[in-house]
Amino acid sequence: MSTPLAIRVWEGQLMTVWRAWRTAVALSLTQPIIFLLGMGLGVGALVDDRVGSATSLGGLSYLQYLAPALLATTAMTAGSFEATYPVLDGFKWRRTFEGVSATPVDPRGVVHGLMLWWTTRLVIGSLGVGLALMVIPSTRGWGVPVAMLASIPTGLAFAAPLASWTATREDETSFPPIQRFVITPLFLFGGAFYPIESLPAALRPVAWATPLWHGVQLCRDLSVGALVASDTIVHLTVISAWIGAGYVACRIAFDRRIRR
Amino acid sequence: MPEAPAVTPDEPVIAAVGLRKRFGTFEAVRGLDFTVTRGECFGFLGPNGAGKSSLMRMISSVSPTSDGRLRIFGLDPATDGPAIRARMGVVPQTDNLDQELTVEENLIIYGRYFDLPRSECRARARELLDFVKLADRAGSRVEPLSGGMKRRLTIARSLINRPELLLLDEPTTGLDPQARHVLWERLYQLKEQGVTLVLTTHYMDEAEQLCDRLVVMDHGVIVAEGSPRGLIDEHATREVLELRLAASDRTGIAGHLGDLAVRVEDLPDRVLVYTPDGDAALAILRAAGIHPVGSLVRRSSLEDVFLRLTGRTLTD
Repeated sequence: MSTPLAIRVWEGQLMTVWRAWRTAVALSLTQPIIFLLGMGLGVGALVDDRVGSATSLGGLSYLQYLAPALLATTAMTAGSFEATYPVLDGFKWRRTFEGVSATPVDPRGVVHGLMLWWTTRLVIGSLGVGLALMVIPSTRGWGVPVAMLASIPTGLAFAAPLASWTATREDETSFPPIQRFVITPLFLFGGAFYPIESLPAALRPVAWATPLWHGVQLCRDLSVGALVASDTIVHLTVISAWIGAGYVACRIAFDRRIRR
Repeated sequence: MPEAPAVTPDEPVIAAVGLRKRFGTFEAVRGLDFTVTRGECFGFLGPNGAGKSSLMRMISSVSPTSDGRLRIFGLDPATDGPAIRARMGVVPQTDNLDQELTVEENLIIYGRYFDLPRSECRARARELLDFVKLADRAGSRVEPLSGGMKRRLTIARSLINRPELLLLDEPTTGLDPQARHVLWERLYQLKEQGVTLVLTTHYMDEAEQLCDRLVVMDHGVIVAEGSPRGLIDEHATREVLELRLAASDRTGIAGHLGDLAVRVEDLPDRVLVYTPDGDAALAILRAAGIHPVGSLVRRSSLEDVFLRLTGRTLTD
């Protein structure tokens, strides 16, 4: 039986990034715990002292509120990075996709292999945050591993649409603005640090339409074991829609780029 | 090295009829007919922009044809792309090796794309690195290698699947003479082993060295076809007399030479006389009182054919 094309591409990705991984793994393990201690304990001390904070945070301490959201934001950051510079590298600078396309691997295999690779990358990223959550007693719980799993589609919901955009690009000039005007605002306003009910009403639909808020809610509900079925279905639907649309766009864009 | 031919010997490895490639309104390849038979070395010559690379991308079954019929190993690239690519090796115009990886890792990754088992990839990598004289660099990263070494590695990589057909897009552009000669040797050995070679080049010596047959392309069409020697016989004379002359002597050369000058080309720096006998032509001119500042009699080459067919104007 022959190896599926996607697995062959995934192997190649794995081999290529393996070197850089030793430092990346160390970073992804240490960064979340530092961030959580800084934000969760520091800001948390201020927030938790305030009258009524427990109500608006759904009965959680600020650290308990923030920590699971970090799973989703980390997935967004990793997914959006993987879909920009490394993908353009494959098309433009290192041109590995050109090399691959001279083999039996077709553009579809490249897309599938990349999605598999992003998943791997997101799993590794979630391990760092998950470890931090398990280390801190107040965030520890059986829901954490499930929330880690839920962060992976959140990352894919960013990676797939962005990679289809990257496949149409000749240079990297659009990446910093995407980071500045899409990813960073979502990070700040996507419900990770405070409930989006605190936002002006006009901004809330942005949070509802984009995948991060849904990912944040999903990870939070799962990790504290407060899942509401109807909400969960909405979260999963929005996230899946972004992945699905991104996948279709990737298939078209990669096909055009590779086979032109 | 190559496996037993899977097509019958008389079936062409590549057959193209009325082949076209359009990019929007621009037509890069405008109706090509040619066949490449098993075991031969076939060359596409042409200036930049002649459509060679577009053609190679169609043959490599990556870029779809816009019109016409193309068959490789008797298969249709539109429907059997992966099956065709499994039996073919491609050396692109610019190396697309993974610079971060080692020489050996580049070959192993590539072998995996062809679904060769890892142990087989390693065995073939060793064999191929010997073949392209890079065995001692197996463990070093690609990035610091010289241009010639990278080119040899790209060729080794293209052979990992033991292809029946090897496509080479300007294989020696940018290499020094030593590196070019090593490459030519290797390509010749591959041909001896039965691999069909298809290459593009704008080096005439390369085409004369390697190609059994070639076509000259210009503006997306074939302008001539034949063996290197046949093309020279057909489109050039046996010899060329190159003259550097005082301005006053430049006119009337053809008149003195009569039948001995098949064609006279008046260039800014010299006059070229296409002639069956260069020495005789020079003697006649001297007898007529024309004394060139410099003169050279040489055998005509593919370069003369090429320039005659595609012109001397820069194309880009």
